[in-house]
Amino acid sequence: MTEFLPNTAEEVLETIQWAVSEETPLEIFGHGSKRGIGQPLQTEHTLDLSRLAGITLYEPEELVLSARAGTPVSEIETLLREHNQEFAFEPMDYGPLLGGEPERGTLGGLLAANLSGPRRLKAGAARDHVLGIHAVSGRGESFKSGGRVVKNVTGYDLSKGLAGSWGTLAVATDITMKVLPAAETETTFSIAGLDDATATQAMAIAMGSSAEVSGAAHLPEGVVGRFISGGFSGGSQTVLRVEGFGPSVAYRIDLLSRLLHDYGSAETIEKTLSRRLWREIRDCHPFADGTPAPVWRVSVTPSRGHELVDAFRRAAGANVYYDWQGGLIWMRMEADPEAEILRKMIAHLGGGHATLVRAPLAVRAATPVFEPQPPALAALSSRLKEQFDPKGLLNPARMAFA
Amino acid sequence: MSGLKMPQANAATLKKRADIVADMRIIVPGEGVVDTENEMRAFESDGLTAYRQMPLVVVLPETTAQVSRILKYCHERDIRVVPRGSGTSLSGGALPLEDAVLLVMSRFNRILDIDYPNRAVVAQPGVTNLGITHAVEQEGFYYAPDPSSQIACSIGGNVAENSGGVHCLKYGLTANNVLGIEMVLMNGDVIRLGGRHLDAEGYDLLGLMTGSEGLLGVVTEVTVRILQKPETARALLIGFPSSEEAGQCVAEIIGAGIIPGGMEMMDGPAIRAAEDFVHAGYPLDVEALLIVELDGPQAEVDHLIDRVEAIARRNGATTSRASTSDEERAVFWAGRKAAFPAVGRISPDYYCMDGTIPRKQLPRVLAGMRALSEKYGLRVANVFHAGDGNLHPLILYDANKPGELEKAEDFGADILRLCVEVGGVLTGEHGVGVEKRDLMPEMFTEDDLNQQIRVKCAFDPNHLLNPGKVFPQLHRCAELGRMHIHRGQVPFPELERF
Repeated sequence: MTEFLPNTAEEVLETIQWAVSEETPLEIFGHGSKRGIGQPLQTEHTLDLSRLAGITLYEPEELVLSARAGTPVSEIETLLREHNQEFAFEPMDYGPLLGGEPERGTLGGLLAANLSGPRRLKAGAARDHVLGIHAVSGRGESFKSGGRVVKNVTGYDLSKGLAGSWGTLAVATDITMKVLPAAETETTFSIAGLDDATATQAMAIAMGSSAEVSGAAHLPEGVVGRFISGGFSGGSQTVLRVEGFGPSVAYRIDLLSRLLHDYGSAETIEKTLSRRLWREIRDCHPFADGTPAPVWRVSVTPSRGHELVDAFRRAAGANVYYDWQGGLIWMRMEADPEAEILRKMIAHLGGGHATLVRAPLAVRAATPVFEPQPPALAALSSRLKEQFDPKGLLNPARMAFA
Repeated sequence: MSGLKMPQANAATLKKRADIVADMRIIVPGEGVVDTENEMRAFESDGLTAYRQMPLVVVLPETTAQVSRILKYCHERDIRVVPRGSGTSLSGGALPLEDAVLLVMSRFNRILDIDYPNRAVVAQPGVTNLGITHAVEQEGFYYAPDPSSQIACSIGGNVAENSGGVHCLKYGLTANNVLGIEMVLMNGDVIRLGGRHLDAEGYDLLGLMTGSEGLLGVVTEVTVRILQKPETARALLIGFPSSEEAGQCVAEIIGAGIIPGGMEMMDGPAIRAAEDFVHAGYPLDVEALLIVELDGPQAEVDHLIDRVEAIARRNGATTSRASTSDEERAVFWAGRKAAFPAVGRISPDYYCMDGTIPRKQLPRVLAGMRALSEKYGLRVANVFHAGDGNLHPLILYDANKPGELEKAEDFGADILRLCVEVGGVLTGEHGVGVEKRDLMPEMFTEDDLNQQIRVKCAFDPNHLLNPGKVFPQLHRCAELGRMHIHRGQVPFPELERF
């Protein structure tokens, strides 16, 4: 087995051209922090991008940053913080959930997995912030797309096309991202004791108001104790984050307390603790328990999330919490993933998708990790894969359940 | 582009025109097929009026099933199709072809669902951009992307063009505000992407479709995110002796962590033309004028107005006024919003460009434009989405003077080359269409363009949907599919292996 460790984009190109000539597939990764997601791969050779690293351009006043694909996300976030900026889409850190170290992961992996976090519902995901890429296709050809400016409709947006493709279309070598100012401060408004359905209503009111809520999560009784070192007292907590300039945050927290007056007693959580709470919500902290027990990441219509959980729990034992106004459900299964039942229920409740982000190897090999697609869509997706990687050399079958 | 070359018409299709019209009448009964020269005249061009072409036939379907049958019919018979929304494209995206069915989506004009708890509206693609806001404004909501044609342009067209607008620095483009679509492929397949939930698994086909200019599929339904209207908005009108100072002010506002709802700049010629036209009270002794609009809760807006004013003073602003009422704010905007017609008053014709540049390159690009203006002997006025670097130079010319249109187009092409040279792009929001098609190699290599065309091959392998747009040359998919194999040694054998 050969482990390729290129230092330059040219070396990535040479490696893939070699793989094309040998017709031999490659497993592609950066730090490998998300290597456990997807259908298991068995390739003889690997392409490790962790040496293809370095920030090549950062202009805070232009809100733009470029880096090589293997650059650690933590290095980028540290630099951004020094300039009071950030990736607004709040990319999650899968490390702890998957039994790895925290703060690992590269920019290439961030794009390939289309990472996001609680702020997804206001600020989008990685796909919404990528401005341009240089990449090598599975044909062994370099190409670029996009640019370094925010507003650009010149040609197809292949940068977005690579977002969420898990390295199966092309290997990005250089990535340019939009960055944004970090909020001056934040406060979390927290209501205790709501059941899932009532919490969903409260979150919809908050999100539909002008309070510009940037995080809306519901932590049911079964998991609430695992956040902020057990700092919440009592039952469930429905938490709403408000970020921005000081006077504005104070005003909007007050607005929430007026709007949600009827939903019971509320508290506020100030800056430092609030940051920690949302980081734990982002990184699926309660289920980062060192076990390989199956964990689902489910995205559905926000108002239907609690219905899905209610129905699914009648069929299988699961511990859950909600982000994205109730539309993102993290579920830790007590036993088997019960993929078919779950996906049937999702389809019945207006659609969405379920990703089996954690499960033992044997379970992943026997279960479609990603949501199966209807035939016409699946055919289109496989035609797209063929156009980028006709010989199926890049992370073969990582997204496809055979 | 005056010498614009479109794909050669398919003689077999032209010969079968009568049969095709008859078959279209079977698929779309009633008034949905238009084939007389008189009635088709209304469709012979879009917002890029320099180009006109009568279509083979105009078809106005009403249902997704009809769209699917039309496309399948055309696919099986090798007939080209040009989709069209409201026809407001400024780049000729909906320019008909002599041998193509013009598929007009204007009868898809209903809002299908308004879902306040999930802040989503499901609309047919022919609903206008502003129509969505009108449907939800009684509850205090709106749809954020606001292209200047929003009163007429359709949401389906917005998806095709990834439309922006004045507010997109803060609120994003169409791509960031669309949750899902239903679309029909050229082979008739109906595909749904996304929905009211966030993100779709699998490849980001929604991302590829948005801004694909009608070359990949025909959108038959759109689900968009709606937002609660900001409680209040105030604008600042700030004058500077030069664009350098105005540009530095913009950089410092953003550097201070402030993302205004809108931030527009006008140069001297644009200021004077606008002021003469609408009398908005713009200062006439400045060379650059900034309009900075802050929106949000009152407490935030008042706080930020003070901070922006201080930044402006530090950067040499000679005049600064803050709006104290919505009426006053509207007056500040009136000149900017009327900038195009205002320029239209001082020149028989104007040609609007749409490049985007890294903001800090503005002085260099403006200086370059002044030099080009002298070279071509044509005047130019500039309006500029200052926050995101999107320039709209308006080249003033007279189409009745022989050769002047060509001169204006050459001038425009040189401006776009300059934008690319400083790290920018050919088009920020108007699209490539036919207008900038032949400039694509200025920005992309052949490999870059070929990979884009391969995406088209996955959606429409016979290049039947909107050919002649976006790509200077559409290579055949079979040709693009060939692989060049570089036989050789294992690369960089000096590296450690395990």
